[in-house]
Amino acid sequence: MIKAKQKPIAEIQQLIAPYNNVLVLGCGTCVTISFAGGEKEVAMLASSLRIASAMAGKQHTFTEATVQRQCEWEFIDAIANQIKRADAVLSLACGVGVQALAERYPDKVILPGVNTTFLGMAVEHGVLVERCRACGDCVLGLTAGICPIARCAKNLLNGPCGGSQSGKCEVNPETDCAWQLIYDRLGRLGQLDRLDAIMPPKDWSKDYDGGPRKIVREDLKL
Amino acid sequence: MKSGSNLEKVLTSGQFAATGELGPPKSADPEVIRHKAAFLKGITDAVNITDNQTAIVRMSSISVGTMLLGLGVEPTIQMTCRDRNRLAIQSDLLGASALGIKNLLCLTGDHLKFGNHPTARGAHDLDSVQLLSMVKSMRDEKKFACGEEMDVEPRFFIGAAENPFADPFDYRPYRLGKKMAAGADFVQTQLIYNVPKFREFMRRVCDLGLDKKGFILAGVGPIKSIGMARYMQKSVPGMDVPEEVITRLKGVPKEKVREEGIRQCADMIREIREIPGVAGVHVMAIEWEEAVHQIMELAGLLPRPKV
Repeated sequence: MIKAKQKPIAEIQQLIAPYNNVLVLGCGTCVTISFAGGEKEVAMLASSLRIASAMAGKQHTFTEATVQRQCEWEFIDAIANQIKRADAVLSLACGVGVQALAERYPDKVILPGVNTTFLGMAVEHGVLVERCRACGDCVLGLTAGICPIARCAKNLLNGPCGGSQSGKCEVNPETDCAWQLIYDRLGRLGQLDRLDAIMPPKDWSKDYDGGPRKIVREDLKL
Repeated sequence: MKSGSNLEKVLTSGQFAATGELGPPKSADPEVIRHKAAFLKGITDAVNITDNQTAIVRMSSISVGTMLLGLGVEPTIQMTCRDRNRLAIQSDLLGASALGIKNLLCLTGDHLKFGNHPTARGAHDLDSVQLLSMVKSMRDEKKFACGEEMDVEPRFFIGAAENPFADPFDYRPYRLGKKMAAGADFVQTQLIYNVPKFREFMRRVCDLGLDKKGFILAGVGPIKSIGMARYMQKSVPGMDVPEEVITRLKGVPKEKVREEGIRQCADMIREIREIPGVAGVHVMAIEWEEAVHQIMELAGLLPRPKV
């Protein structure tokens, strides 16, 4: 799922400073699961902003709402009235949700309250890790189900660099070396010989280098 | 001959090769290059010029290489995958070859995090194995990475790096083999201080027949101070500095540590030279180019062969 992290409160305060009535809008899907922008986080953030505003002697009002998914028209259409009443919307959804609001409400100021961080999962409670870069050309079938694009800081496709030590990455000793993981797993699967093949340069045009990506399914269009 | 470089000639004639290293300055001052080059001229068979090493911006490897040609020192330019995509790499290599540069070391490059522009975007369009294979097909098939053909190909003696001490240790010889299969004519290793472990690595490399497929130059370098040794031991990923190396330096008075570091480096060269499959040494005296002459003298590697 999409993982996000709330922006520092000082940055949020700066973003919303010019607006008196701010709607803090949560999203009930990915950011709820990553504890960054669900109903609970909306309540906590709105209350912190209210306190800060009162302490600064300002007259800001903060209303709260959370929709199931900010990235779908039907859900954001349903709260049109609340959005219209606010001077600005502080969205705690991922960048997709923020942009959906901006597109649907062209005259409204829409501000991001979280930094959309990566596609990943919680490996344990409170620990979220990146697992996919959405590169558009999956290589997991060649790398024992471990992604060297998302999980190697140098995007290596042909084995570990010289900074792999004791299973860890030189860039962050808390991060597992993706190629150590691939090596170990290929060994377990009896497929170490796969490492001998030279993986050719990647087609990055399927990644963001090819420009914004689009999938059109004629069979599904109404 | 693939490139006809001095380094290629020394190695193919079966003589024990020695290469040096020159770190370009963090400025546009050509005087630094002339000063450093004077310490290395005639002392090693070729001199590597690092490419923004440790991800710190410095004078470019190719421009320094061109200056070295004018000073009568054979350069080995380095090219990392960190700062350039495949277009920039190919274009720079065409230019380097046109300028007369004949040796090229292909690297992934240290991560940006370690340098002075940690917020920059890393290119990493290719990895070092793909870079080797691209340069080889430019040279041997006159083909760009996209498959288009060129009239005049860049003729490089192609090098790769390998770190025998990084993990997974069992995989390292195979990775070396992969780099040779991709196009490496020679290999320069990471700094060696753990000679027994390097010997084991080379035994495995020779078992795979890789010493016959390319030339392996062992990386060595003098230690300047106990602090530097401790830093490399504890903080540089992929470095293996055994305690006895430090013990030897601790055995001399503080003002003699540099001298002892030079002697220790020379002793290591003599020891490594006896390891089967080692075709030469790559002496990395980082920001200490003046030490190389003495190391080479003490190691019995002077004068250099004329080929």
